[in-house]
Amino acid sequence: MHEVDMTKCLLLSMQDWRQQHGSVSPSVEVVHLQVGDFTCVEPAQLVTTWDVAIRGSWLEGARLSIEAIPLVGRCVCCSATYRPSAESAYRSPCCDHPMEEVVSGRELRIRSVDYTLTASVPAEKPAPVPS
Amino acid sequence: MHMPLEDTLGLNLLAANQHQAEHNREHFDAWRLLCINLMSSPGAGKTSLLERSLAALATDLSMAVLEGDMTTQLDAERLEAVGVPVVPITTGRACHLDAAMVSGGLKLLRQQLDPACLDLLWVENVGNLVCPAEFEVGEHRKVALLSVTEGDDKPLKYPVMFREADCVLITKTDLLPYLPVEVERIEAHIRAVNPRCTVIRVSASTGEGLEAWHSWVRQQLAQQIAQLTPAMVLA
Ligand SMILES: Nc1nc2c(ncn2[C@@H]2O[C@H](COP(=O)(O)OP(=O)(O)OP(=O)(O)O)[C@@H](O)[C@H]2O)c(=O)[nH]1
Ligand SMILES: [Mg+2]
Ligand SMILES: [Zn+2]
Repeated sequence: MHEVDMTKCLLLSMQDWRQQHGSVSPSVEVVHLQVGDFTCVEPAQLVTTWDVAIRGSWLEGARLSIEAIPLVGRCVCCSATYRPSAESAYRSPCCDHPMEEVVSGRELRIRSVDYTLTASVPAEKPAPVPS
Repeated sequence: MHMPLEDTLGLNLLAANQHQAEHNREHFDAWRLLCINLMSSPGAGKTSLLERSLAALATDLSMAVLEGDMTTQLDAERLEAVGVPVVPITTGRACHLDAAMVSGGLKLLRQQLDPACLDLLWVENVGNLVCPAEFEVGEHRKVALLSVTEGDDKPLKYPVMFREADCVLITKTDLLPYLPVEVERIEAHIRAVNPRCTVIRVSASTGEGLEAWHSWVRQQLAQQIAQLTPAMVLA
């Protein structure tokens, strides 16, 4: 359910990004996200809510590509990295130490946007200058 | 002419919420208050704890509550009975509070009082173990509650909230004699996902642990005030 709100936030960020291009409207093909395994986000649900949210908007047809980032911890005893799991209470297999340092897995990031610019026609006429 | 282009954003997905949360926090800092976000699954005892804590801390602290409730004002009415200003924030179908909702709550609060006279602002989040952890509202401290009736596996099954918490309260400890659950195991599982947080066992029924909890709150308030710079207060 919270994926709907996540998508709203994502759309706001995309809107900000679009405004950087001024009057030329970018046509977005792919939005690349990185979503960590140690977050509350279900990538499949995010794609579903995205597809619904962009209908009829300037992003219509844009695809969401999600790269899942695994949870990786670093054992503070021996500095080895490991894949914490709920089954082993997130402890390190090397020294049986609790999960203190998280190296990756908390990402919720808009990594990049693939798009094209239609250079010829400006999307909007420049506003008339008041005299 | 079409040219394939790529922009690297490297932006947080929740950037829009984070901006609003930072804005809220700037207000909190200018008002020299500490904001605590209380989070738990439904019914873990957030409102019951607040009833006790508000009554106990009101002797020398000035407080208000932003009460997130999906559809009702029941919790807000319970807390108002203690004599502390409460602003209900009905979240509708949203399963968490976000920074914009809290900002709306702050506007209503300012119609009632000058927040600069507050020491503590409590936010009772919507009962949900999953998403409130990802949506900052501008709080200075996150507190997660876990009742002994929920079982000792919850910190492992819903680790993000417990990982993010500065303090975890194990609530309803008065029920322990009647349950096949070991509080040590609950605590061990909390520490497994968050070795650095403070863990306190409390009961809103018997009052067990409330003194330790209240001294933690006072300590955080003192720390927060001590680290304010003149620029933050004048913002
Ligand atoms: N035995 C016992 N019951 C408690 C304690 N604290 C709360 N309860 C009971 O647990 C139930 C839920 O408590 P609330 O304080 O409403 O919980 P909440 O987290 O605010 O619930 P929501 O806001 O609906 O998510 C109520 O019936 C309380 O009486 C406690 O310390 N001991
Ligand atoms: Mg409540
Ligand atoms: Zn190790």
